[in-house]
Amino acid sequence: MNCTDFLSQLTDYFDGQVPPALLAEIKTHLAECQHCEVVVNTTRQTIEVYRGNEVYDISDELRERLHSAIMTKCMAARKRA
Amino acid sequence: MPAIQSPGTEEIHPDVALVARAREGDTAAFEQLVRQYERQIFRVAQHITQNREDAEDITQDTFLKAYEKLDQFQGNSKFSTWLVRIAVNESLMRLRKRKTSKTVSMDEDVQTEEGSIPRDFAEWRPNPEQIFDQNELGDILRRTIQGLPPGFRTVFTLRDIENLSTEETAEALGLSVPAVKSRLLRARLQLRERLSRYFRKKEGQPA
Repeated sequence: MNCTDFLSQLTDYFDGQVPPALLAEIKTHLAECQHCEVVVNTTRQTIEVYRGNEVYDISDELRERLHSAIMTKCMAARKRA
Repeated sequence: MPAIQSPGTEEIHPDVALVARAREGDTAAFEQLVRQYERQIFRVAQHITQNREDAEDITQDTFLKAYEKLDQFQGNSKFSTWLVRIAVNESLMRLRKRKTSKTVSMDEDVQTEEGSIPRDFAEWRPNPEQIFDQNELGDILRRTIQGLPPGFRTVFTLRDIENLSTEETAEALGLSVPAVKSRLLRARLQLRERLSRYFRKKEGQPA
């Protein structure tokens, strides 16, 4: 397995969907290739940092305003129907 | 392997009963669905459009459309996936309107490998939250995801931020599972590469 082969399996590897034989090849590659090991670690950190920090937070005030607007529009549509 | 698997056919999701009640005119049931998903729909719209006012409009339009088309919800997908699909379509339409000269679709820029081949092989410092304060970190994460093509940004948002399964993401976007996986890989690698300049260990820094 080379680095390109490994990268093509990265998504399934994270999802735990790699068949056992291929997983063994991946582990061998990772033990030998420091670059790919770094890619695995830092890609995992990329996902974690986005999951752990809400990039677009919605304030309670905005949420209430949105909620009222949604329900007003839906009730108006109901009356029209 | 089928291109799109239908998720959760054995268990009946609690939303199914709420949708059934809403269809019969129970406003409180629909309002509960709105409460459950309004934050998620807003976040998805904001991630795709990168514009807060658009995201507000899209959130309202998404629920209005869902309300008007409740009869068309088949129940063979999750209600939340169905909502996200409406929100994604509305968001992409907004982007197209804003960029009249440029086509915006899920297929945009997917041909290029640019930025998807790892070049930075430095380990990162363990906790970005301890290096940057909350505002700085938020700015970095926003700026970085803004730089992705919309198709990649959308897949990353649904799969990694909103935690939809690969199959649900495929369904919400009208893509095949392999297409979602391919875009997800490139989105993750591009974000990793761009974030590395902020989070990488400096020379000589201890592990």
